[in-house]
Amino acid sequence: MRYYSYYPGCCMHDDSPMYDTSARAVAKVLDMELIELEDWNCCGSTPYTVVDELSAFCCCARNLALAEKRGFDLVAACSDCYLILNRTNQHFKEYPEIRRKINEALAAGGLEYRGSIRVRHILDVFANDISRDEITSKVKVDLSGLKVAPYYGCQVVRPAPSFDDVEYPQSLDRLIKSIGAEVVPFPLKTRCCGGSLILSEEDIALGLIRKLLDNALSNGAECIVTVCPFCQLNIDAYQSTVNRKFKTNYNLPILFFTQLMGIAFGIESKAVGLEYNVVPADKVLAAHVRK
Amino acid sequence: MATKVHGVTDFIQEISAMPGGEKINLCIQCGTCSASCPNANKMDYTPRELIAMARAGMREEVLSSNSMWLCLSCYLCTVRCPRGIVPTYIMHALESLAMRHGLSSKRTRTPILYKLFSDTVYNVGLIPRFGCMTRFYLQVNPFSALKAVPVGLDLFRHGRISIKGRNLKPEAKRQLQAVLDKAKALGGAS
Repeated sequence: MRYYSYYPGCCMHDDSPMYDTSARAVAKVLDMELIELEDWNCCGSTPYTVVDELSAFCCCARNLALAEKRGFDLVAACSDCYLILNRTNQHFKEYPEIRRKINEALAAGGLEYRGSIRVRHILDVFANDISRDEITSKVKVDLSGLKVAPYYGCQVVRPAPSFDDVEYPQSLDRLIKSIGAEVVPFPLKTRCCGGSLILSEEDIALGLIRKLLDNALSNGAECIVTVCPFCQLNIDAYQSTVNRKFKTNYNLPILFFTQLMGIAFGIESKAVGLEYNVVPADKVLAAHVRK
Repeated sequence: MATKVHGVTDFIQEISAMPGGEKINLCIQCGTCSASCPNANKMDYTPRELIAMARAGMREEVLSSNSMWLCLSCYLCTVRCPRGIVPTYIMHALESLAMRHGLSSKRTRTPILYKLFSDTVYNVGLIPRFGCMTRFYLQVNPFSALKAVPVGLDLFRHGRISIKGRNLKPEAKRQLQAVLDKAKALGGAS
């Protein structure tokens, strides 16, 4: 059994419950335990950095300090949380002045951080802590022939140092292949989904989402698989808005990679949670999934 | 142009003082950042131009532009920069300076979103997306909320909008606020 501290993050917790339930169920199948960090707070994301940098670092530092009490790697499921927590960790190590100030602020809450926690993305954990053979041995449902576009998004592999190539990563590709599905070429696999600009600059973000859908579809994908609740929500929930704006007709299911793994492992459908996906995936899956 | 000669070093120093901003003087103006940026064509000035202008001390032109507010923080420029600069951090530093000095472009709504987001993190400790979205639309333009209704309804229909959401325990919230109050009193990271 492998143990990890688990940081769901606000986005996943609020609007992507199926990512949470499928990730936990998949971890269980793979003999991993994701122990949720008690009373975690928001990572602060990019906006807080801009408004007040030190406060943003301290948002992360509280979570890191809580994780340090337990000692396991801190696993984030959201690429933004992963990046932001990691950035605080790096600044903490590189800038003595920031380190000093962070600990001075933490002391006001009775906390301390020594800098010993490794922050990881759940994709890294599932792709690199377990062998491909071990994953393949857990597959109960045949997914062969299902054409999947592996979408990493930007913040899971950038900036460097990263657990995979910063522009053309392979870990998700390998994972999808080891559960028996087919991976299609996806040149835009690490291009941005528009992120939070979907709220403040919707037109610009919709244009970026359209490019992703177009690229996946023209490479023959029947679905896109994502590793971040931001990306999933933008491409899934805003697909109909893209269609209205550009007079297009996209109908591409957007699944979390843990949902697809869950289907392959035959975990209960409640944990897979396909009913939460806005663009329905049942038809595409029904054509391929053979028990 | 309101730029003064003595402002050149001041502005560069301000940027360099922020974490990640130190390397701005290493820029060789190759334009790799601009060529990599998914939003460069919508910016008043591309990332390369912005760095050149900053180094020329064009403080007001830089800080009142829309450029940095269109940065997606996708870090593609960062992993490609041959000089090891982190243009993404420079964009964040410029956003921060623009906000601090009240120069943010009126043509973008991103600063309003950022402020609302940060206030919510301080007050609640978390970001309840539904509440945040609603408050944002009401603040910028209540009518624009109508545009968001179809997406909101889709999310609601699929059980993805939690009106109540998660709450931090009162003692955890107090702890976070004590830390953040102290951080504020310490006056910034640089």
